[in-house]
Amino acid sequence: MTTFKLNGRTVSVHSPHDAPLLWVIRDELGLTGTKFGCGIGMCGACTVHVEGRATRSCITAVGAVAGANVTTIEGLDAKGKHPLQTAWIELQVPQCGYCQSGQIMQAATLLKDYPNPTDQDISAVMAGSLCRCMTYLRIRKAIKLAAARMREE
Amino acid sequence: MDTLSAHGLRSTSDPSRRGFLISMIGAGVMLGYARRSLADQTTGSASELFEPTIWYGINPSGEVTINITRAEMGQHVGTALARIVADELEADWGKVRIVTVDSDPKWGEMVTGGSWSVWQSFPVLSRAGAAGRIALIEEGAKLLGVSPQSCTARNGRVHANGRSILYGDIVARGILRRTYTSEQLNEISIKVPSSRRLIGRDTLALDVPSKTDSKGRYGIDAVVEGMIYARPKIPPTRYDSKVVSIDDSAAKRLPGYIQSLALDDPSGTAPGWVMVYADSFAVASRAADLVKVTWRSGEAAHISEHDLQQRAADLIADPKAGALVVDDPGVDAAFTSAKQKIERTYTTSTVLHFALEPINALAFEKNGIFEIHTGNQWQTLILPVLAKALGCSQDKIVLRSYLLGGGFGRRLDGDYTVPAALAAKAVGKPVKMVCTRADDTRFDCPRSPSVQVVRMAFGDGGRVTAMDHHAAAGWPTAVMAPAFMPKDARGVPYDLFAIYGADHWYTVGAHRVRALRNDLADRSFRPGWLRSVGSGWTNWAVESFMDEAAHAAGVDPVAFRLRLLDGAGRNSGSAPNAVGGAHRQAAVLARVAEKAGWGRAMPKDVGLGIASTFGQERTMPTWIACAARVRVDRTSGHVTVEKLTLVIDAGTIIHPDSAAAQVEGAALWGLSMALYESSEFVKGQPKNTNLDTYTLLRMGGVPEVEIEFLPSTETPVGLGEAATTAIAPAIGNAIFVASGARLRHLPIRPEAVREALAHRS
Repeated sequence: MTTFKLNGRTVSVHSPHDAPLLWVIRDELGLTGTKFGCGIGMCGACTVHVEGRATRSCITAVGAVAGANVTTIEGLDAKGKHPLQTAWIELQVPQCGYCQSGQIMQAATLLKDYPNPTDQDISAVMAGSLCRCMTYLRIRKAIKLAAARMREE
Repeated sequence: MDTLSAHGLRSTSDPSRRGFLISMIGAGVMLGYARRSLADQTTGSASELFEPTIWYGINPSGEVTINITRAEMGQHVGTALARIVADELEADWGKVRIVTVDSDPKWGEMVTGGSWSVWQSFPVLSRAGAAGRIALIEEGAKLLGVSPQSCTARNGRVHANGRSILYGDIVARGILRRTYTSEQLNEISIKVPSSRRLIGRDTLALDVPSKTDSKGRYGIDAVVEGMIYARPKIPPTRYDSKVVSIDDSAAKRLPGYIQSLALDDPSGTAPGWVMVYADSFAVASRAADLVKVTWRSGEAAHISEHDLQQRAADLIADPKAGALVVDDPGVDAAFTSAKQKIERTYTTSTVLHFALEPINALAFEKNGIFEIHTGNQWQTLILPVLAKALGCSQDKIVLRSYLLGGGFGRRLDGDYTVPAALAAKAVGKPVKMVCTRADDTRFDCPRSPSVQVVRMAFGDGGRVTAMDHHAAAGWPTAVMAPAFMPKDARGVPYDLFAIYGADHWYTVGAHRVRALRNDLADRSFRPGWLRSVGSGWTNWAVESFMDEAAHAAGVDPVAFRLRLLDGAGRNSGSAPNAVGGAHRQAAVLARVAEKAGWGRAMPKDVGLGIASTFGQERTMPTWIACAARVRVDRTSGHVTVEKLTLVIDAGTIIHPDSAAAQVEGAALWGLSMALYESSEFVKGQPKNTNLDTYTLLRMGGVPEVEIEFLPSTETPVGLGEAATTAIAPAIGNAIFVASGARLRHLPIRPEAVREALAHRS
């Protein structure tokens, strides 16, 4: 049994301690917004926040997050209206959409660290987030749009 | 006579409500808007829902529900198709909903590929929308007490003499009954472009919000009560492996592990597969790593990339092999009498689909029907295969639709549904099969490696007198859908999708195109349709060669191409799909040259390269030209693409922002395949099965991209693939301008650039 906080609620799961957090979230807890892409932490589709830091849940054992705060795309904003999410919609970023939860979760920590990110910052931080549809041009634009709005707030 | 007819709406929750739907059977059409019977009102039964094909319905609230038979895999296709219906219907866009339907024979051929969706659906959905508008005006006129001639429809209402009635009210109060013969339907004229209100204008794509907030459901998200999980053990070869033994003793120690079973597949789709079952995917995945399977495999287990390329080269060297797709008289005579000749060989490596959602399917039997829950691009192709595998008739199988976490042609082949269905059948329980990334790669139907030899003959004054193109590769259509293969004049069948592009629109004198099936490739693995299919390699050859030929002839490469794009003879084009022919390709080429600054001086080690294609299919040309500006590091051989400029003429553009998104994605796919992507075959398997060794374009390698659509009111054609075809040759040509290195193999790796530079000096 592992206990942690998921999107602000305390959860206890039966999966063994070494089970990947990704599958615990998806299969045991039923939140499917976090996606499985490569299983080796190199595509970013499974990105969640652990204590506010972007973390690849496919290579993180659930036992490693015992007692920690874990946030998934479902918990990024209660209404799904995080500035990144609204920018993503406004610029019609997603194509197939499969990687976009991970992109948004990664971008959310990027904006915490770099409220006014340069192109180099975006390229460096988003390098681990693969988009097979190649929506990179719009991801970059949407990050800048969201950053500008968050700075105004 | 066939009929198109309208009926009550099954999904209406209030049984006393009425709605109407428009459907089509074959060649003719009927519209009828039947009142619900009293019995139906009492029971709420759906008996009035008339099968078969149903395109849309309107309920008494005025909501228009449009049924989408195409898979949503990133193209925002439902929005584009709904805009076509709604424009002609004069619907209120705010009341339009889309539903992606499950497989059913009533929909006809269910396929999402070839960039065909809008092109194929435009005439059908336009007329269906117009037919609904006419019927609503007729009934609305009665309710308003005016003549239909005095009415107009706009924004979900019928208007006359300053009064109006909502579509929903017409459905609620009217008696909608109207029939059309097929002739009458064909006589319905669709709007002139200037009176369109939705087509050509932007709106938020309806699928986008659900892809930002976790609500979108992909195949991998499907669940059903009581399901167990499975991960396969994929055999060493695609076709010729047999299970000798299974040792699961180590897996038995894992709590939650259930069992491992060798599948018996009468369809031959997944021979030699072993399924590892557990009560969670995490355990199934771990158990599969522990289960030891011994297989006996045949020849394919020894095949490597070099063998495949050698076989292709041997086939090209055999003058009797292959199909003559273009076969003008006089080719050999032109080469014999040529003043100058040029011959070049171009090759491409194996490329993976790498759709980010690994292949998966949930399968179970319920009430005598086998349900397959998964994302798929060609339901009609896989249903008979599933029927054979399961030993039942097709009407006992349904494919439930989900979002696709990437299609790109991978999910045109629904092969992955077969082992999932067999796994469920074997244990009599719902089974969700999920592949890991490496499993997905090893069961991929990759883009075949290819070898091409291209020759050109010049006569007096540098005039081009003949062109001769030989292309050898694995043929996906021969393996998966042989009925779709045309035959050459001698009756030799060929895979059109593997040779499209070689049958170009340049006037080159006597032209010959020979397509050769790499039989060794087809036996060793399953070649797939990968975004633009053969056009991805044929245009690499044609457009690199055009540059080389221009340089050999001492002519500017853009001027050289424009001279050959004269629209003469068969290149003059034809209605409705290729009006203007080669002149339209010349127009995009000239525009991209102007836009990108062709002819302007460039800094040292920077070059501008140009390529132009017609997308994939000669019968549905999407005219496109690309200018790539690249920088070459002569020491490392590293190529940086600084900018891609694209000009496209795709006829009428339905949804501009989605069209631009498709071109952005396809262009960057082209770049990814030009510089980053390949996985050679080693001993029958792709060598690079995951992102630790398989490289793709990531954020840092993305150049500036500028896209322009030439205004057009011609037939709307495809946009999903066209841009992939022009990028690699534009980059290759730019590298030559920047550095003098000529690259003839894809992908272009730094070591190849270094080698080409050394060879040059």
